[in-house]
Amino acid sequence: MKCEKCNRLATVHLTEIRGGKKIEKHLCEECAAQLEGFAPKSHTPINELLTNFVLAHSGMAKEQTGSCPQCQMSWSDFRQTGLLGCEHDYEFFDKDLSPLLHRAHEGGTHHVGKVPTRRGGTSVPVKRLVDVNRLRKELNRAVEAEDYEKAAKLRDQIRNAETQV
Amino acid sequence: MKLSDLTSQAGEWLRGSGPMSEIVISSRIRLARNVSGYPFLMRCSRSKRQELEEKIRETILGSQLSPKTLYVDLESAPEIDRLLLVERHLISRPHKDAQGARGVAVGENETLAIMVNEEDHLRIQVLRSGLQLEEAWEQINAVDDQLEASLDFAFNARFGYLTACPTNVGTGLRVSVMLHLPALRLTSEIEKVFRAAKEMRLAVRGLYGEGTEATGDFYQISNQTTLGKSEEEIIGDFKHVVIPKIIDYEHNARKALLSERPVALDDKVFRALGLLRSARLMETEETLTALSHVRLGVNLKRVKDLDINKVNELFLLTQEAHLQKILGKKLEGDARRAARAEFIRQRLCVE
Repeated sequence: MKCEKCNRLATVHLTEIRGGKKIEKHLCEECAAQLEGFAPKSHTPINELLTNFVLAHSGMAKEQTGSCPQCQMSWSDFRQTGLLGCEHDYEFFDKDLSPLLHRAHEGGTHHVGKVPTRRGGTSVPVKRLVDVNRLRKELNRAVEAEDYEKAAKLRDQIRNAETQV
Repeated sequence: MKLSDLTSQAGEWLRGSGPMSEIVISSRIRLARNVSGYPFLMRCSRSKRQELEEKIRETILGSQLSPKTLYVDLESAPEIDRLLLVERHLISRPHKDAQGARGVAVGENETLAIMVNEEDHLRIQVLRSGLQLEEAWEQINAVDDQLEASLDFAFNARFGYLTACPTNVGTGLRVSVMLHLPALRLTSEIEKVFRAAKEMRLAVRGLYGEGTEATGDFYQISNQTTLGKSEEEIIGDFKHVVIPKIIDYEHNARKALLSERPVALDDKVFRALGLLRSARLMETEETLTALSHVRLGVNLKRVKDLDINKVNELFLLTQEAHLQKILGKKLEGDARRAARAEFIRQRLCVE
């Protein structure tokens, strides 16, 4: 798809709701920055992506992350057995685990199910957690239904809830 | 309750009762849980492992989950008892063969089984006859609540219940529905099931789970995704989407057999029945295949002189640990095959 303003490749796709009407715009990065004051934020710089890729494929990732201070598990230990050593590994190997979880769970990144009423170890109030989970589900639904106005509202609510935590 | 009390009858799940039991053998739900503050079992020392087993055992026995809970210490239980529990789907094969302190608690007519120190500290399982996923979820959810009242489960806001294997993290929930699909197998349409399962990201396995063949035309369908979906969503997908679709396929295949190839169908069914009623040496696998065809014949009313429960029971009672327990002696090779054939002949004899 080409940019609406110039002939470069459109990499920024905006959907806006104005007065109940949906307006779609397809722009290249430069035009988007100029016209919409939109500064695209790349979540991961390309060289970091490359480094991760190279590490993941050369078995060097172990030097990156070291071993979990609680259970002494290293990433290469995990890769041999497929089993983690303790509950803290999920935080400790967060970066390495994320792509794996993404693949194993159809893109699922957050728990949205049952929450124990009494939880040891963490300080997040349970009620708050349930709210965020519920909001996230509603957000997914709103996006599926292309109700972007509602989605934007929900996104802000989630952000608020998460920063309060 | 003693272990030997279980031997002589089929467990609840093979009772062949419950909704859709012509095709749906059983509905199973399991929850993976770990106790916070203890390493996962991979990194547990012998003594920590022992300590965990005691702590969990005491919690289970102290929380009155069911009126008669049987706890089996698997570290000291003889091989044949452990195999018996595998055959009854109360423990997994790896749990039977593992080392170190571990056990299983069995309650509520075998609908409830809690494996202690398997891959996770606790594997809670509810197993029910026929299609009863919502009932199973209600039951297991209540058990989980009760256990949680005394145990701190490893949990975090983002990843949910933390499990040893990241493929279980989140809900820790695995739904498995066991289906009997002989007509799809006979009409070579079983591929349809694999395709439907693949579309929904579900796994298809044999009678005894991971890595087992689909003997006796039994197929277990289970979810793989545990993170990013709620328990109700996962169960709902099974109940409303996947299972009705597969039941429909099997129904249609049965109808097609009846209307287009009734003689071929009868030939399969009565050959199998003849084999079971006459053979003098029977292998496990051969038995399961023949029983599968007979079960189809009874369900389609081609065989009229046999009670379906008798057939259902035989699937279980002819397996090696059950057979040896019932006959009260150790049997190997031809002696076991002969004993199996005789046992089947007695059970299926024409009166």
